[in-house]
Amino acid sequence: MTSQFKIATFYLYRMRQSWTTYLKELLEIVHYFYFAPAYHLILEGILILWIIRLLFSKTYKLHETYKLTEKEKEDLIEEWQPDPLVPPVSKDHPSLSYDVVTGHKITINGKECINFASFNFLGLLDNERVKQKALASLKKYGVGTCGPRGFYGTFDVHLELESRLAKFMKTEEAIIYSYGFATIASAIPAYSKRGDIIFVDEAACFSIQKGLQASRSFIKYFKHNDMEDLERMLKEQELEDQKNPRKARVTRKFIVVEGLYINTADICPLPELVTLKYKYKVRIFLEESMSFGVLGEHGRGVTEHFGVNIDDIDLISANMENAVASIGGFCCGRSFVIDHQRLSGQGYCFSASLPPMLAAAAIEALNIMEEDPEIFTVLRGKCKHVHKALQGIPGLKLVGVQSAPALHLQLERSSGSRDSDMQLLRTIVEYCLERRVALTLARYLEKEERFLPSPSIRVVVTVEQTEEDVHNAVSCIQEAASAVLK
Amino acid sequence: MTESSANKLLNGDACHRTSNAKKSSKNGFVKNHCLFQQPQKYRRPRERNQNVTHNSSLYKKPFEESFEETPLLVAVLTYMGYGILTIFGYLRDFLRHWSIEKCQVAREKEEQKDFVPLYQDFENFYTRNLYMRIRDNWNRPICSVPGAKMDLVESVSHDFNWTFEHTGRVVKDVINMGSYNYLGFAENNGACADAAIEATEKYGVGVASSRCEMGNLDIHEELERLVARFLGVESSMAFGMGFATNSMNIPALTGKGCLILSDELNHASLVLGARLAGSTIRVFKHNNMQSLEKLLRDAIAHGQPRTHRPWKKILIVVEGIYSMEGSIVRLPEVVALKKRYKAYLYLDEAHSIGALGPNGRGVVDYFGLDPKDVDIMMGTFTKSFGAAGGYIGGKKELIDYLRCHSHSALYAISMSPPVAQQIISSMKSIMGEDGTTLGADRLRQLSENTTYFRRKLREMGFIIYGNDDSPVVPMMLYMPAKIGAFGREMLKRNIGTVVVGFPATPIIESRARFCVSAAHTREMLDTALEATDEVGDLLQLKYSRREQPLPSLGWMAEESLLQD
Repeated sequence: MTSQFKIATFYLYRMRQSWTTYLKELLEIVHYFYFAPAYHLILEGILILWIIRLLFSKTYKLHETYKLTEKEKEDLIEEWQPDPLVPPVSKDHPSLSYDVVTGHKITINGKECINFASFNFLGLLDNERVKQKALASLKKYGVGTCGPRGFYGTFDVHLELESRLAKFMKTEEAIIYSYGFATIASAIPAYSKRGDIIFVDEAACFSIQKGLQASRSFIKYFKHNDMEDLERMLKEQELEDQKNPRKARVTRKFIVVEGLYINTADICPLPELVTLKYKYKVRIFLEESMSFGVLGEHGRGVTEHFGVNIDDIDLISANMENAVASIGGFCCGRSFVIDHQRLSGQGYCFSASLPPMLAAAAIEALNIMEEDPEIFTVLRGKCKHVHKALQGIPGLKLVGVQSAPALHLQLERSSGSRDSDMQLLRTIVEYCLERRVALTLARYLEKEERFLPSPSIRVVVTVEQTEEDVHNAVSCIQEAASAVLK
Repeated sequence: MTESSANKLLNGDACHRTSNAKKSSKNGFVKNHCLFQQPQKYRRPRERNQNVTHNSSLYKKPFEESFEETPLLVAVLTYMGYGILTIFGYLRDFLRHWSIEKCQVAREKEEQKDFVPLYQDFENFYTRNLYMRIRDNWNRPICSVPGAKMDLVESVSHDFNWTFEHTGRVVKDVINMGSYNYLGFAENNGACADAAIEATEKYGVGVASSRCEMGNLDIHEELERLVARFLGVESSMAFGMGFATNSMNIPALTGKGCLILSDELNHASLVLGARLAGSTIRVFKHNNMQSLEKLLRDAIAHGQPRTHRPWKKILIVVEGIYSMEGSIVRLPEVVALKKRYKAYLYLDEAHSIGALGPNGRGVVDYFGLDPKDVDIMMGTFTKSFGAAGGYIGGKKELIDYLRCHSHSALYAISMSPPVAQQIISSMKSIMGEDGTTLGADRLRQLSENTTYFRRKLREMGFIIYGNDDSPVVPMMLYMPAKIGAFGREMLKRNIGTVVVGFPATPIIESRARFCVSAAHTREMLDTALEATDEVGDLLQLKYSRREQPLPSLGWMAEESLLQD
């Protein structure tokens, strides 16, 4: 070892000397090696190889020692028994036999009824003008689009509908989706990513919940319509941000609320939300499936209802399946926000576009809504009337505000378990159905909902219902309630 | 650098397999317990190539798929192309930043300037600088039936694709090679359209309620019975949107403690569904059965990560035809694996239903398998049936469970009646239940067209991906500049094609995609081929370096039939 070391130092020392001696040096090294004892060289050779091995060998892994042999693996595979693909469903599960509905004069299981269940607020489902427009479109374009928007699935009707919606809502741009549920569920994850924060109302509907889940953002639920709770959370966040300003600079923050909550039938306090928005610099996404075509002088929804400038809301989403009585959904707002979805909205990019006839039907529905804003006044009147009439049914409590077109009737006192509550309410619904009043239970996936709403009967108001219909229905519910809920 | 290209085996030709699936080792003991042995010791890291498995015994007819290697020079030039584009992108962003160049991007509202930016700066770099240059190739509005020929709304851009203006003129009779109209059911007249008109008159277009509440029409029930019969399964359920069928039903089927094994090229809806389910997701290489088997074995042997509890269930998720690759899933092998390892199989037949198989019943029919071997048969009505929506078919217990637990059944609107009617009529036509042979004719026409079109393109020297029987025909363009050029040149020749680049494909594998339809006549295909040939020469797209396409027996037979 020492001899080698000497060689090295010697060599380094001589390195500084002129290049002419270089060759000589080399020869000298060879010379030294030649004369070094053999065992020395062998030993050092082994040491060098050892070092190389240590350098290049993989890190020592604990679990390698536990590595299963093929035989053991095989046994494990033999042994493994998966759960069944789906757990068995009891034969009498209420969802197994859906009521069969025929036509829109609504015949349920062969019985003609007054409809208090479909979200057909403006009665456009059966409108002759809408039908004719849809038929004309069908005769021109056929039914399907055979492609997503990007690949020859954009029809002139889609562009027209988008510009009409933007005009109707008085926003810069609108974008349409082919399915209502997918609209907000795609819109949220298009903006909010991992690490961002979303403040959301506890009563938010299921499609919002799915959007939140898909976004993988950090979700904070505030108490339903409780602005103090929201402000408390925003303040907390502000403090947090001050601690870590670098992170705060890239953490987007959103508030997601519904205009008119489908689960609770009440309206969000939008003006307060807008104040909070500017105070804490949070963006607002507003889901208006229930309020679009219902609230406001011209049916523009909750912004018009409160007189809030629509530009203050970053994104409004709604479906065209309730008041508009077609299929699909849309988002609208400033181009800066909306245009982003054309490449990032999953339900927009990767799905076939809306069948043109459904778009044409939606356009005609918008025409009707624009031509005659009186229809909204009529609807408001009916809502008020039904809301008043449903008060004070013994055993049942009405949930919802006066202007809500879809109200909930809950049990005043729970019978103890959710199942038996549901059963009681179902009996009431069936009783009414016998007497030709079509109601429905509000249905939820009990295990999937973040905050499961209490069981309720949904009562939907439409402009088609006459005073007599309402009277019939209310007395029917009353009778049923007194019979069932002694 | 050329990771993907270098790792592909240079096969060029179709994959002919030899049968040595069950090979005993020397001492007579079956050493390897794997169903599908690995033929070589060293497998290249990212083989997308198809000729690695040797299980011909499982296939009733030769399974021929090819993915020719990217020529090295082309790969280098493609990367250079992207490099130049990126440099110019940065330069122009710099100019825009200092307001030397006019910035056309929509701006944030003045009051919200001090908010956290909604988009990261780099987030839209690609959109601004690369996509914007060739944006006119997508979202071309059409104003007719998306049939074999379509009319396009002529639009021009005066500001380099930032905005488009419609001139009011119509580009008539563009041959449509872009729509997924495989069986040509996108029609505005004929029996299907008539039935749809009737349904509209009877039901209107909307439903305004969910299946569970007040939206279960008799027409939906009829549709579901028919779909079950068509697929050969016990029961089925239909949904209003194809994308949502995946994203809203996978979460109902799996949850925490379950494992989803997903093909790397699965559609976004499947990926989203898997993510929403909250299960562990592992990805296997595209159509690579060794990769899948290895994942399965390891998963069962090691159990869940950290806790090492056994998995509750394992769900394999595959598609029938992969729409960007034109490849067909190796279903017989997947089924064998699934049975061997007791996993469940979710088959998405979005593109294959109606388009494959002697009876048009999708990839199961194509391979002559039993539909009962696939646990969850999913598919869409958008493509072959010229409608919209999706379905899930399977055992009665499965469908009953979905009726109670599918997100779609409870929260989403049910299918529009005329759309349901369109599906019923077109499906009956395929099944021959309308008393005509029109459906069968369409199926035959589609398979003839596919074979003809694929063979011609290959003979011209283009690199064509995928299975010989797949009506989705991806043709490689590679370079970013050629994406735009190809789309525009083809449109000039009155042919509408789809061009795709990153991020829908790997960065260097930009491609054009043709979708062959039964509605295409031989003349239309010839016109399209002629134009492609011309544009191919103009843009130097004939990359293929194979000597001569290998005439397979299938083609010969087809050819002689056609000449008769």
